[in-house]
Amino acid sequence: MINKDIKKVLILGSGALKIGEAGEFDYSGSQALKALREEGIETVLINPNIATVQTSEGVADQIYFLPVTPFFVEKVIAKERPQGILLSFGGQTALNCGVALYEQQILSKYNVQVLGTPVQSIIDTEDRELFVKKLSEIDVNYIKSHACEDIASAREAAKSLGYPVILRAAYALGGLGSGFCDNEEELDKLAEKAFSFSPQVLVEKSLKGWKEIEYEVVRDRYDNCITVCNMENFDPLGIHTGESIVIAPSQTLSNRDYHKLRALSIKIVRHIGIVGECNVQYAYDPESEDYRVIEVNARLSRSSALASKATGYPLAFVAAKLGLGYGLFELKNSVTKTTSAFFEPALDYVVCKIPRWDLGKFHGVDHELGSSMKSVGEVMAIGRTFEEAIQKGLRMIGQGLHGFVGNKELNISDIDHSLQSPTDKRILMIEKAFEAGYTIDRIHDLTKIDKWFLQKLFKILDTYKQLQSKESLSSIDRDLLLRAKIEGFTDFQISRAIGLEQSSGVDSGMRSVRDYRKSLGIVPYVKQIDTLAAEYPAQTNYLYLTYSGTSHDIEYEQDHRSVIVLGSGAYRIGSSVEFDWCGVQALNTIRSNGYRSVMINYNPETVSTDYDMCDRLYFDELTFERVMDIIELETPHGVIVSTGGQIPNNLAMRLDEEHVPVLGTSAHSIDNAEDREKFSAMLNRIGVDQPAWRALTSMDDINEFIEEVGFPVLVRPSYVLSGAAMNVCSNPEELNRFLKLAANVSKTHPVVVSKFHEHNKEIEMDAVAKDGDIIAYAISEHIEFAGVHSGDATIQFPPQKIYVETVRQIKKVSRQIAKELHISGPFNIQFLAEQNHLRVIECNLRASRSFPFVSKVLKLNMIELATKIMLGIEVEKPSKNLFDLEYVGIKASQFSFNRLQKADPVLGVDMASTGEVGCIGDNTATALLASMLSVGHRIPQKSILLSTGTGKEKAAMLDAARELQSHGYKIYATGGTSRYLEENGISNTRVFWPSEAPSQPQALDLLHNHEIDMVVNVPKDLSVGELTNGYKIRRASVDLNIPLITNSRLASAFIHAFCNYGLDDIPIKSWKEY
Amino acid sequence: MSKVRLLLEDGSEYQGESFGYEQNVSGEIVFNTAMTGYPESLTDPSYAGQMIVMTYPLVGNYGVPPFSIEKNGLSTNMESCKIQAVGIIVSDYSETFSHWNGLESLGSWLRREHIPGISGIDTRSLTKKLREHGVMQCKVLFEGHGSAVEIEDYSQVNFISRVSCKDITIYHGTSSVRLSRETSNDGINTHLPQNGLKQVLLVDCGVKENIIRCLLRRGVNVIRVPWDYDFSGIAYDGLFLANGPGDPDTATATVDNIRKSMQLRPSTPIFGICMGNQLLGKAGGAKIYKLKYGHRSHNQPVRECGTNRCYVTSQNHGYAVDDQSLGSDWEPFFVNMNDGSNEGIRHKTNPWFSVQFHPEASSGPTDTEYLFDEFIKLL
Repeated sequence: MINKDIKKVLILGSGALKIGEAGEFDYSGSQALKALREEGIETVLINPNIATVQTSEGVADQIYFLPVTPFFVEKVIAKERPQGILLSFGGQTALNCGVALYEQQILSKYNVQVLGTPVQSIIDTEDRELFVKKLSEIDVNYIKSHACEDIASAREAAKSLGYPVILRAAYALGGLGSGFCDNEEELDKLAEKAFSFSPQVLVEKSLKGWKEIEYEVVRDRYDNCITVCNMENFDPLGIHTGESIVIAPSQTLSNRDYHKLRALSIKIVRHIGIVGECNVQYAYDPESEDYRVIEVNARLSRSSALASKATGYPLAFVAAKLGLGYGLFELKNSVTKTTSAFFEPALDYVVCKIPRWDLGKFHGVDHELGSSMKSVGEVMAIGRTFEEAIQKGLRMIGQGLHGFVGNKELNISDIDHSLQSPTDKRILMIEKAFEAGYTIDRIHDLTKIDKWFLQKLFKILDTYKQLQSKESLSSIDRDLLLRAKIEGFTDFQISRAIGLEQSSGVDSGMRSVRDYRKSLGIVPYVKQIDTLAAEYPAQTNYLYLTYSGTSHDIEYEQDHRSVIVLGSGAYRIGSSVEFDWCGVQALNTIRSNGYRSVMINYNPETVSTDYDMCDRLYFDELTFERVMDIIELETPHGVIVSTGGQIPNNLAMRLDEEHVPVLGTSAHSIDNAEDREKFSAMLNRIGVDQPAWRALTSMDDINEFIEEVGFPVLVRPSYVLSGAAMNVCSNPEELNRFLKLAANVSKTHPVVVSKFHEHNKEIEMDAVAKDGDIIAYAISEHIEFAGVHSGDATIQFPPQKIYVETVRQIKKVSRQIAKELHISGPFNIQFLAEQNHLRVIECNLRASRSFPFVSKVLKLNMIELATKIMLGIEVEKPSKNLFDLEYVGIKASQFSFNRLQKADPVLGVDMASTGEVGCIGDNTATALLASMLSVGHRIPQKSILLSTGTGKEKAAMLDAARELQSHGYKIYATGGTSRYLEENGISNTRVFWPSEAPSQPQALDLLHNHEIDMVVNVPKDLSVGELTNGYKIRRASVDLNIPLITNSRLASAFIHAFCNYGLDDIPIKSWKEY
Repeated sequence: MSKVRLLLEDGSEYQGESFGYEQNVSGEIVFNTAMTGYPESLTDPSYAGQMIVMTYPLVGNYGVPPFSIEKNGLSTNMESCKIQAVGIIVSDYSETFSHWNGLESLGSWLRREHIPGISGIDTRSLTKKLREHGVMQCKVLFEGHGSAVEIEDYSQVNFISRVSCKDITIYHGTSSVRLSRETSNDGINTHLPQNGLKQVLLVDCGVKENIIRCLLRRGVNVIRVPWDYDFSGIAYDGLFLANGPGDPDTATATVDNIRKSMQLRPSTPIFGICMGNQLLGKAGGAKIYKLKYGHRSHNQPVRECGTNRCYVTSQNHGYAVDDQSLGSDWEPFFVNMNDGSNEGIRHKTNPWFSVQFHPEASSGPTDTEYLFDEFIKLL
């Protein structure tokens, strides 16, 4: 029975996506909101992440784009007066905020009831000492851990346990500030960092090499308990579970192992008193039945999102219902619709989660994997063999892999070392080691990866060798070919193995393999994920394809009423939740217009892969091969490639060649926009300017071109050896360093060099057109000047500071381009504005990252509009105009440098942010304040450190410095900046760079002593000395959790905002109230 | 690897590959949705005469533990003294295995015990067939072994008599005493251990050894007698009715003996599991019917009637007690939350109860092991 007094419930979201806290909380929050609304409960959501599905119209009743902090949450509570609050659906952000609200007695003050797991239980799992006490009460083994409040006691604890030890910061998620220490020196270093995040640090004995196993547990208030899923890490203990390949269900546990840990999970969860969902993590001895509990997460987590997608059990939905007071026995299994929600899914497939790293995007970052998380996204692959699942997964992470074998040759000098010290390339090292003749035993000794996994990987290689030994396609017999497909080989891998790729080219080789295997009747079969392994009939449309099968679970209608939306794949830097929002809007529109909505996607963190978001979900690859497999089965009305970012966009041409109906803008036009030469020619034809550029194949040509256009230039190599894919070079030294060290210039690998226009405004045009005629548009303006990647820039919409004439020109040029490319659907153009002179830098004939932001600020769903156009439904030009808006939206970027050890937190032309927020205010300042606070900035209390770059930038920041002074801030400044401020009558204290030691005071000391509340550090250029000095300051700010801004325009805007407006000036207005 | 053909009663045919012993066999084909526990399942006597289809595709990963025997005659890791199923069908057999307690591969064990194993079958499609059609007879024919195979009608065979113990064994602690089945009740009484522990009489219709272990762990002596042995004169404190294979109608002798106990000593506690539930039901006058495809899995949800208490249970049965046919002295104890079928019965006044699921688990979840405690408390 549910509590009928609860009529209005507040849900806390998790804010911007960051490493360790990503899209999974959009999924869990969305499910929770769905569960509440089904009960007729009014919902209020606080989440500044404007790109999420949960902050869309119709998901929650009231949405506040505000920071998830006690200050703002209290204000919303005071205004909305909800009876209940849900804390466990917004990650650690929401949980920490909830605990603070509880401890500050704000919840009791407003009589707000915490639904689900009680706050005391949360505290019992979060506070290590209480947690250990709880476990010892029921005789459960835990990792003996010493909670230390200072470095001295941490040293003592480590000594008594014996090195190696693991160090963790309490109250931190994703292993923030955690790591292994082999000696005291390493401990000192790590401890200092950990203490900057958390008042408590835990020192534990390391159990490196043990298996890591997790159970997802659900408990209702009647004490009924189930474990929905267990999962086994491919990588042994020592690598954060977010960094590990994870398999579900466990593969190397016997029945005794499995049920021993299962029973323990239930015992623990009952004792702690969870109501809802939680996860229990174990270290498990590979040589006995000995175990240790690692931790319990008393909330929905990344693992629970994965478990939900892996089993089809809607964990977040059920957890929300249990929070309202339901018993599990009162709920139905949402997949079968007939059986009970009190059951444990039986899987008849295996899933494999693989993390997606983007470490290449960061300067100086440590590639070694350890106990803290660095990956930015993940994929989930489903198969009926482990080989099939892992090969699918390796392709899905989108880093150019074709599977476990058949990849580009890697040059590894020390295989032993690379096996022992795993990096983001670990799995490739295993393949390399096999190739080099390492035995399974030897690899196991070096990696501690269970031999079962290694045996399976070896089997893949063995099959590859057998294929390689074949002379031609026709000499591969049916058994071998089928075996290869069952083991997850693509047509491409097979083609490469037998040399077809070389002899007849990539596409033709694949096609030959495809035709040949079809002639042998080797095709994939569609299977359902039905939670009960076919024991009961299921209504589910949750599907995957496999070659381990002889029949389909689905009967196809062949009515041409399916519309397939291609999803966006793994979240990565540059493509994340915003494209999930786009995909979901497209699905909704397709469905409401009478078509069958079909999604292909494989990201377990997404809402688009939720069980009821579409009519058919293929949780499978977005490779050409697999998409064609699905298209052949679905015979769709059409395919939408423009709402999932670049992955589907890149498939457009090839689908078109196969006569697949690509809806909206033609593949031909997409190609004309994507192909630099063709696009450039078109701009010339219609008289639109663009930065000068050329594709060059030798250093001489490059120098010649630069002589023509002058520095700085933007350099984009087509083949990158290491580091960033593009760079701005301001002088010959930088150019040489970048091209000689990082890239390869040759006839086959041309470099694109373009003139880089400094101090230009960057402006975005997001629009929807129909048959070349613009139907709706949104123009937004970057706060930073061009040079900061548009995904990292702070963007305001509607634009506040561009000339009317510029706007007029933007509209004109956009209309010309739309007409020229005959666009039907969403598109985005990026402009540079030098005064009123416009240049086009890029044009994408697909939805862009900013579509959800502008759609929500404008309150016009541009994807819905675009989808209708693509479906051929009549639309009218909306009457809304962005210039009528009486408010401002600001999109700010979230960086995760704190998790990327050693990375230089400086921004450039390559994107580095992992997420974003969008807040609305009555003016730029309050909107900016809300959004900056939402991405982790704080209003400084007393002092600020300035080092503001070049003369131009110093001048640009002078007004801001004056404002700081007049508002009583203490200003610290480094040499040049100090002098400049002095000359302009701004008193400040000079501090010294690390290179100026031993002069005092040293900037680093002030940071370490927490005498500085905020750092503005604008790098002058990319010269070595500048980078080293600045790097140390920037890195220290990040490591010590001191807000850092590296751009003078943004710093000025932020300083202006907090000098003139306080927290209380940020309006507590819901989206609807604007 | 040799090719194998699997032929079903309805005429459908599947192709697979052999990974076990190669010999044509037949049996009743059933599916099991458990994701672990193949050594336990294969040695579970309730699978006698049946071909098990594992719906979880990856089987053999952790090999097979040693078939060691403890001092009291029970095996350390298994549920009986040998493989009881007629064969096993999987999708993806793992030739290599990895586990500290794995002694040999599943394939090698099957070959040693002359049991066929088939891989490469679309077990999901096969399961759906069985779900729709109900359980069927099947034939497994190996390449080069012709098409001759002896076929038994599953429902006509008394599997209980095949798998039940032939002698009487008295277990106490880690030891046991074995007596001939000819031993009289009095003869047995003289052998009962005088260690102050309660005596539980276990009627072996095909008992899983973990049931005996569960009882012994709780500090009782166990007198294990054959399914049709008349135990009315033995001085027992509690009667335990074990699980077993096949049709409960073939166990009339057992039902008669149970009735006798109920009449002669109404206050003596009775606890039954699986077949024990059906036999107690029959003894109490209830009717039994065959389920379309039975419950064989680790995830069957049951609810204790009249309460909010729910448990995930391990199950392996093809027949069920008809709730409607229960006498007025009886009531349903547990109900299956998926299909509403009976999961246990209890007498309204006497200390007699039984469950359709397996509290001893092995394999499967151990949530309901507390029922052994309840039984012991009653003694």
